Amino acid sequence: MAELTYREAVAAGIAQEMRRDERVYLIGEDVAGAGGVFKATPGLLEEFGPRRVRDTPISEEAIIGAVMGAAMTGLRPIAEIMFSDFLATCWDLVANQIAKTHYMTDGQITLPLVIRTANGGGARFGAQHSQSVENWAMAIPGLKVVAPSNPADVIGMLAASVRDPDPVIFFEHKALYPTKGEVPDGELVDTLGTARIVREGGDATVVALAAMVPKAMAAAELLAQRGMFIEVVDLRSLVPLDTQTVLGSIAKTSRLFTVEENPRLVGWGAEVVSIAAEECFWDLDGPVVRITTPHIPLPSADALEDLAIPSVDRIVATIEKSLA
Amino acid sequence: MTSGSAPAMEIDREVRVGLYRRMVELRFFEKRAYDLFMEGLVKGTSHLSLGQEAVAAGFGEAMRADDYTFCTYRGHAHTLSRGTPMARVMGELLGRSNGVTGGKGGSMHLTSVEHFAMGSYAIVGAHLPIAAGAAWSAQERGSGQVAVCFFGDGATNIGAFHEALNIAAVWKLPVVFVCENNLYMEYTAIESVTAVAHPAADRAAAYGLEAIIVDGNDADAVYAIAVETLDRARQGAGPSLVEAKTYRHGGHSRADPGKYRPDQEVQEWLNRDPIDMYRERLLTGGVDDGTLTSIEEDVRAEVEAATREARQAPPPGAEALERNVWADGSATWRN
Repeated sequence: MAELTYREAVAAGIAQEMRRDERVYLIGEDVAGAGGVFKATPGLLEEFGPRRVRDTPISEEAIIGAVMGAAMTGLRPIAEIMFSDFLATCWDLVANQIAKTHYMTDGQITLPLVIRTANGGGARFGAQHSQSVENWAMAIPGLKVVAPSNPADVIGMLAASVRDPDPVIFFEHKALYPTKGEVPDGELVDTLGTARIVREGGDATVVALAAMVPKAMAAAELLAQRGMFIEVVDLRSLVPLDTQTVLGSIAKTSRLFTVEENPRLVGWGAEVVSIAAEECFWDLDGPVVRITTPHIPLPSADALEDLAIPSVDRIVATIEKSLA
Repeated sequence: MTSGSAPAMEIDREVRVGLYRRMVELRFFEKRAYDLFMEGLVKGTSHLSLGQEAVAAGFGEAMRADDYTFCTYRGHAHTLSRGTPMARVMGELLGRSNGVTGGKGGSMHLTSVEHFAMGSYAIVGAHLPIAAGAAWSAQERGSGQVAVCFFGDGATNIGAFHEALNIAAVWKLPVVFVCENNLYMEYTAIESVTAVAHPAADRAAAYGLEAIIVDGNDADAVYAIAVETLDRARQGAGPSLVEAKTYRHGGHSRADPGKYRPDQEVQEWLNRDPIDMYRERLLTGGVDDGTLTSIEEDVRAEVEAATREARQAPPPGAEALERNVWADGSATWRN
């Protein structure tokens, strides 16, 4: 057992897979010599050399096209898109090409590739470098979508993503990079499409993702002091979606809240809520509540950004009021 | 500037007869496809390369069997020129289960990986970086394969073209980019929307590449430049950008009669039909008429048989609908 930061876990996960499989490559802007602008990939160039860890021009379409073409012809490449907002500059390659090719070719072409990207807010970067865009990817059939909340999950889910035969969009949360967590020794390989109950409780189910998980955990701690016992589900993976863990938790608690960093409309929680409404309506004892960022572009000023993204206080207040 | 109109290389008689046969296959196939559109048997849209056959045929004959082809929504010819069976391409156009992608792709997404036809891409320019990626993989695996990427003149004004050219040049990737300049991007003359006269060749210098223009209606010239650029790529000398000047006999797509083109221009290009010109050249070069006539008869029968096979094939069943979203064959997104 070792304590790693979330950003160290990214490099550790990539290194674990590159040691295991020589077909694994990493390309992206500043990933090699600079070790990434978030310092999530240092040491990889030194260990694996300039062919397998390679800097690219600022050409997101070239980066994503390159990993697509390479994945269909025998490599298992990882691309970094520096900020998830930049996915918009190569969305044709992601949404129209990568997502659809296996289906359109009726299975002739498979694309075992991973697109890693720094997602989410809290860094005061403003509206073009702070978005939570996991729902963009979730909306496109043919993409798997993963968003880990802690260092051990980063390694295990990254390994699972690299080994998966389908394209995976791997959302790292930039506010989590400096956070620390215990990581078991030895090879870590997790399972896509599995949520985890990270805190047990009988009064309400709170489903959260990525940076919202530690906030939901902190909120649950405060609520426990007030006699409300919250079960926190870390969704971890949006596609595939582990609905059974969520539905099972609701069967126990009879209440459902989601905590989402994305802007309100068609966030991932809307899908979770609709599944709950269809499939466990009679288990519910009260209204389902989504706690999200308002439907606004994210502002830069700390005073405003802190108001926008769900905070521990807002989560506590919302749940407390609803359960009262 | 290289011009391929007077090829320096001697091309074997067997290869030239093969080139003729391939062009006839592409022509007869697409004429039949056109007839089937008119009968209402082909749904959706379709983009024919009638008049542009020499480009797909010239490269197709020069490529190694395991070189990769990436092409566009105007991709019937490029897919067939890798040896993909006509019946399976026809079946795809008709939305039948025997189609190359079982009816999933249709006219704009023909793919036959077993023939290294790695897909027809219907968003302009998207496949240039993908072809670069396949070339990158070939380079890393040391396989000696080359990726050939066909696109139209319109693609030279989209960002992906420039991103792909740059990364291919910087990484010295074994890829040949082939611009089929048929003078019109969809319904608009390319010269009216492009800052330079030669939309591909005049951009080559920006990526440290030689400007190469070839007569795209001259099968020998295309074949010669294909051999040269494929060889360069295979030797590790990096990418090439070829601009093949050609002309489509019809409009952009099934819905377009092509009326925006001056009659005289159309007539001049019809007079330079790649198949008619090549037939004359072969006859002059000593190939007897009987050989060529028997090729034409063979191909006519081949198209007939392919059409029959495709028309008799059943449409895809409902089980195909949710098949192959994922590599495990399923469409499952939840438990």
